[in-house]
Amino acid sequence: MAFIEIKNLTVQFMKVNEDGSEVPGRKALDDISLEIEKGSFAAVVGMNGSGKSTLAKCLNGLILPTKGDVTVDSMNTRDESRLWDIRSRVGMVFQNPDNQIVSSIVEDDVAFGPENLGVEPAEIRRRVDDALRRVGMYEQRNKGAHMLSGGQKQRIAIAGAVAMRPECIIFDEPTAMLDPKGRESVMKIIKELNSEGITTILITHFMEEAAEAGRVIVMNAGRVLCDRTPARLFSDTEMIERAGLELPPFIELREKAGLPSDITDIEGLAAYMRR
Amino acid sequence: MIRDITLGQYYPADSPVHRLDARVKITATMLYIVELFLVKNFAGFLIAAAALFAVIALSRVPLRFIFRGLTAVFLIIFFTLILNIFLTDGRVLWHWKFITITYEGVIRAAFMAIRLVLLIIGSSILTLTTKPIELTDGLEKLMSPLSKIGVPSHEIALMMTIALRFIPTLMEETDKIIKAQQARGADFESGNIIQRAKSLIPILVPLFISSFRIAQELALAMEARCYHGGKGRTRMNEIHFHRGDAVAAVLLIGFLAVIIASRQLGSVL
Amino acid sequence: MSITVKNLKYIYNKGLPGETAALDDVSFEIEDGSILGVIGHTGSGKSTLLQHLNGLLKPDSGEVWIDDACITDGSTKLVDIRRRVGLVFQYPEYQLFEETVAKDVAFGPRNLGLDEDEIQRRVRYALDLVGLNYEEIKDMSPFEHSGGNKRRIALAGVLAMEPKVLILDEPTAGLDPKAHREILSMVKRIHENEGMSIVFVSHNMADIASMADKVIVMNTGRIVLEGTPAQVFAHSEELAGMGLNVPPAREMTDKLARIVPGFKSEALSITQAAADIKAFINN
Repeated sequence: MAFIEIKNLTVQFMKVNEDGSEVPGRKALDDISLEIEKGSFAAVVGMNGSGKSTLAKCLNGLILPTKGDVTVDSMNTRDESRLWDIRSRVGMVFQNPDNQIVSSIVEDDVAFGPENLGVEPAEIRRRVDDALRRVGMYEQRNKGAHMLSGGQKQRIAIAGAVAMRPECIIFDEPTAMLDPKGRESVMKIIKELNSEGITTILITHFMEEAAEAGRVIVMNAGRVLCDRTPARLFSDTEMIERAGLELPPFIELREKAGLPSDITDIEGLAAYMRR
Repeated sequence: MIRDITLGQYYPADSPVHRLDARVKITATMLYIVELFLVKNFAGFLIAAAALFAVIALSRVPLRFIFRGLTAVFLIIFFTLILNIFLTDGRVLWHWKFITITYEGVIRAAFMAIRLVLLIIGSSILTLTTKPIELTDGLEKLMSPLSKIGVPSHEIALMMTIALRFIPTLMEETDKIIKAQQARGADFESGNIIQRAKSLIPILVPLFISSFRIAQELALAMEARCYHGGKGRTRMNEIHFHRGDAVAAVLLIGFLAVIIASRQLGSVL
Repeated sequence: MSITVKNLKYIYNKGLPGETAALDDVSFEIEDGSILGVIGHTGSGKSTLLQHLNGLLKPDSGEVWIDDACITDGSTKLVDIRRRVGLVFQYPEYQLFEETVAKDVAFGPRNLGLDEDEIQRRVRYALDLVGLNYEEIKDMSPFEHSGGNKRRIALAGVLAMEPKVLILDEPTAGLDPKAHREILSMVKRIHENEGMSIVFVSHNMADIASMADKVIVMNTGRIVLEGTPAQVFAHSEELAGMGLNVPPAREMTDKLARIVPGFKSEALSITQAAADIKAFINN
């Protein structure tokens, strides 16, 4: 069984009419079935409003299915008694670095998750120190959160998820509000965490980030438009157009220069040019 | 600019004062404030100031940090001085047209100013040496007897944690919105009181929407990190009552006795 | 309109401990009808600089000239400055507040004290400029639109003041690739049709390279590099040292130039880089 299994997942929010009555609105997710394997790295892309964030929030029970099921490590998100088990296994990092930090001091914020799980104080201390070292923020542990840059805040948010010792972390557009340096540092940490065995789901608008993943899930109007390796997705220009995406710079360069599609990186291109 | 507000700011250091149990510090600060209003003469203030500066020296918080907090409330202190000097009846020291300065006025103004300064420094020592989380944890523990009669002490403490955390964020947000509307030609300074109140709508509506969005996002982030109320929650730094805390408590009671004794010295000196 | 900035200096926390120069001796010029790109990491002084260009902040010393009017000498009325210089902040959709789209866009022109006919003309003109259908959306709430369209409405709110200089602070932040392209081509169209001077701040170096006539690079409150995109992006190492990068096309051709003997390219766009690589292979 895959780590996360999504079967016929449909989410339909209620819409409030002007007279106050509620009627079913548009389907945010429409009959989605997917499997996420343990240790894998999946990117989710698609236009704003295509259902990416809703999908992410279904994976740790922040949103429950209207129809269908989501199971995490064999636990159904509808099973309320397992909700905290699910959320401790599937951590989440959101887009806005400011609005997900709870405590004023860095290390106190990182401790928030383990504290909620009822972990022993000495063990929380170990986890917090370890998580802060993994994101390279140990030196700043006593600083005020509002004194940090956006990229640093986002690393604290990642540490907060890591300190819960999750098996999977969902990143919901973690770099959208960062400058180039912040983006680079956050992407580096995401890749490191994945290589250490954490199942990674990355929602992003940046195609060069999606290209780092093992597979790319393309969403459109609440449905999965396609689910492929980056190499196969980005060689399908018609699909890119249809989903409102763009090519990562390297692929765009290769296509515009009319080079064979088996060249997948700069080193490959260099070798081709030297021939 | 907003980043430099000292009110409620923590100064990280390893000192005997930092290590004290937050409950002891909160109680001590509250008692200290009460004592400031019990003081009747300059001798009492001298004792209170000496005690305060002993604590500051022990806390290893640089003096300039403490005085920076004072600059923000300088105007309040100044007006207290002025009002007390000119508006107190008594023995006339100096008189010019309608301005009269009395002996009692000068004494009273000095008392009020000293009280305010000591009060502000005293309470900023609490926040400078106590991490926000310890402060709110301490309050939660102090209030916990009240939870038996239905006071949600954990929730109140968490609300304070979040409020402290989001003061800078919301101030920045407000600053951004004001500037954005100013860039669209908004004028908040002219017109009568109704026009001015109306001119706040372009700030208040976006601010309300932003606060709501922030609250929603924060609630989601907290849920994703398994927050489900105070039940079964542990703390990274449990509050423990140490020997140092006992010493501090004894010193505090001694200080209280000295202050009360000082009242016997008379009403001025 | 041209903008001239002379020796601008702005100090945070003046007279307090922790006093820092947020802007330190900043001078530059924007020629009439050109696009100036501004880059720099968060906290480099970009936002402080932008706020000086329309009088939201007053410098401690130095001058800002819009054509032949000095806006920093205190005699210029703020309304007159804002009539000339429109500033669109990051995530401008967060400033929307009115019940209807038309009322929100009318907020700026109304503050300028224009008569009702002129206000309505401008609302129509501005919504048209950002590519929205006036008749269709004028009575809708601004909050029931998609993120990309909310941003257009907010932009229209500034354009309706008919500024001669338009300042855009990261206008594409947080948008998906399609909305990103649409906003960029909209800015280009406005620039070409209306002939405004534009100041364009972005973290996206490819956008800066394709849009700007001239680029300034800010670091710790100073301008550290200045020139055409080609000149500025030739300093890739210095930029990396400031937490910035060069357009992806340049990054790739730089890498190739290091490992492929004889290959050279100064491409800033993918199209140019592809052409250079093709030419190299065909030789």
